[in-house]
Amino acid sequence: MSAGLSSGSNDGLEPIDRTAKRPVVANGILGMMLFILTEVMLFAGLVSAFTIAKSAAPVWPPPGQPRLPIEATAFNSVVLFASAVALLFAHRAFHKGDRESMRRPMWLALGLGSFFVIFQGFEWVTLLSEGLTMTSSTYGAFFYLIVGIHALHAFGAIALLARANHRLQQGWLTPGLFGAAEMFWFFVVGVWPVIYLVVYL
Amino acid sequence: MAESIPTQPSDPHADDHHHEEQSFVSKYLLSTDHKVIGMQYMFTGMAMALIGGFMAYAFRMQLAFPGVEVPLWGVVTPANYTALVTNHGAIMIFWVAMPVLIAAFGNYLIPLMVGCDDMVFPKINRLSYQIFLLSAIVLISSYFVDGGGFGGAWTTYPPLSAKAEYNLTPMGASIFIGAVGLEFVAFLLGGINFITTAMNARAPGMKLYDIPMVIWMIVIASILFMVSVGPLLAGAIMLLFDQQLGTAFYDPNRGGDPVLWQHLFWFFGHPEVYVVLLPAIGITAEIITVFSRKKLFAYRTVLNTAIGTGVLSFCVWAHHQFISGIDPRMAHVFTLTTLLISIPIAEMMFVYIATLYGGAIRLATPMLWALAFIFEFLIGGVTGIFLGASGADIYLHDTYFVLAHFHYTFFPIAIIGTFAGVTYWFPKMFGKMMSDRLGKIHFWGTIIPFNFIFIPLFFLGAGGQHRRIYDFQNFPALAGEGMQDLRILATTSLLVMLGFQLVFFYNFITSLMKGKAAGKNPWKANTLEWTAESPPPHGNWKELPTVYRGPYEYSVPGREKDYWPQDEPN
Repeated sequence: MSAGLSSGSNDGLEPIDRTAKRPVVANGILGMMLFILTEVMLFAGLVSAFTIAKSAAPVWPPPGQPRLPIEATAFNSVVLFASAVALLFAHRAFHKGDRESMRRPMWLALGLGSFFVIFQGFEWVTLLSEGLTMTSSTYGAFFYLIVGIHALHAFGAIALLARANHRLQQGWLTPGLFGAAEMFWFFVVGVWPVIYLVVYL
Repeated sequence: MAESIPTQPSDPHADDHHHEEQSFVSKYLLSTDHKVIGMQYMFTGMAMALIGGFMAYAFRMQLAFPGVEVPLWGVVTPANYTALVTNHGAIMIFWVAMPVLIAAFGNYLIPLMVGCDDMVFPKINRLSYQIFLLSAIVLISSYFVDGGGFGGAWTTYPPLSAKAEYNLTPMGASIFIGAVGLEFVAFLLGGINFITTAMNARAPGMKLYDIPMVIWMIVIASILFMVSVGPLLAGAIMLLFDQQLGTAFYDPNRGGDPVLWQHLFWFFGHPEVYVVLLPAIGITAEIITVFSRKKLFAYRTVLNTAIGTGVLSFCVWAHHQFISGIDPRMAHVFTLTTLLISIPIAEMMFVYIATLYGGAIRLATPMLWALAFIFEFLIGGVTGIFLGASGADIYLHDTYFVLAHFHYTFFPIAIIGTFAGVTYWFPKMFGKMMSDRLGKIHFWGTIIPFNFIFIPLFFLGAGGQHRRIYDFQNFPALAGEGMQDLRILATTSLLVMLGFQLVFFYNFITSLMKGKAAGKNPWKANTLEWTAESPPPHGNWKELPTVYRGPYEYSVPGREKDYWPQDEPN
């Protein structure tokens, strides 16, 4: 009846395995999962707020405001996905225990990720010069808010990956750190298509 | 079990369990010991409760005796009044109920009740308290900046909160939001620790259904908090931008939507009620079983109900917005979900009554608090049904009926729940027994005035008294003798109740100094914390315990003792 979940009102006669078990999910990973749960909800809040503002507006995007660079960002999104793919190769090498062949995909993932953020920066500069600002319209405000918060997360995730990479060079990268770093990066990559579809298109 | 922050594996043995000699600063201020951090949260929470209580005293004096020079405060001006009410609400919820019920009890109890030596991420835990302390200081500092503390209610509805020209607190409003944001970060870090520790660091043999109910409740509450806080953080950033950068997220004249804030706020705000309620329910479960010497009736039902309540609590938020211009058809949906959520809570109350039934009940102080929790929360829950029905709410919205209702929920949670927990675990925390006689004087001195404060407010609210009025003498319909008498009764009762808190502090301090030694297990309870020394040393046990059974095996037939600790092989 209790199906292994409970010692329940055991009468003390049945033998129960008391050996300490390894946790199903490692501490660092579980902690990061919980953190990402909060982050998912943060982006859900932002995106739904955006959707509400968009659906309430008579014309969207507001007239007289510059358009977002859909094609250039599509290219940049591909770069971001490529970074995640590179990280997957690093992941495979890491779990094979092959630290040597892990180095190149790690650098690649870091490089492509950084390219994404820098490219976004240039995009912002262009849009600002075209007159799209936080105060020019709610369109601009939401754009900079959502994409900016995503960029902040990308910064954080790149820093964490760089730290993991540094440890890798030193030769003592732990599964906990690598797992947390790659999870955070996959989160940053995974949330981007939603932003692209909702905010850009 | 302790392990370093995941981002800093540079120091694989990062905890300082093996240091025997520690200076005062490293032992009490920079400690990573979960018990010390729990105490820090508890004492900070209590200090904030005194501040919040003092605020209630100041504005209640103004309501009962308009324009009077309030001792220790002076004349309460309209700006003072709104700032006091706002900060009273925010402090009592974010800086008292949450730190004490989740953070203090969570930190203190989780490792002790699941049988490990510390939290899984002790350094994150320490950081959590430091950020929390900072948030409290930031909040209080808002009283001393230009324009004074924010006075737009703890719900910070825009446009009032978004524009300095409306709220007249250009700095105060932003500091208020910043403080709340910091506080959320602190609880986020704490919550990650609580869940990970309870799931991963349990003693050998402790299966999921052997976890004491209070731990489950804190875990579920932490998950609820984490899921609900994201949208509010998003909304808070937008509000801060509206205040400081001149964006127009909530400005209807420039394409924004003020009701958007209400959605984001209450999507967090309503689960928040359950975030603090569930730990209080868990504390009650521990106390009721010990003091009636009975097994918790329907353990798994309680657990599943709590999870169900948590899920349902995400579907009720718009019942705060029935008069905010939402579609009446939506109001029907939210009326339905709101009334539904009273079912699981009522079920938990029945479970507790069933646990009491036929038990050998001993009315020690903690048990009195636990029973009072059930009784008083019931009043809060039943009056909530009136407000959850959209038709009735249109009349009662923003009256003192609402105010009395949520004080009948939050007071049992934050104050009664805390006193129940503190009086019950005091012997474990400090190794001394509290005086039962003084405890009972304090109990009755708190409970009776509490009802005399808020029952009159139900009548005033039903009579049409609006919540946000500084001086009722300006409103002929509300200024009558009968109504003013009720206000004076409420304020006088508040003074009596605040006065009786001195008994608690006297009891606390004298018990700490010369209370009877408690021993390991003064209440003859089953859960693991009672197998450690009182107070438990750094690392909790010399040898970590093994668990053989569930936490509520009381009065098992055929056994000599009427309790059966979880760590006894047979």
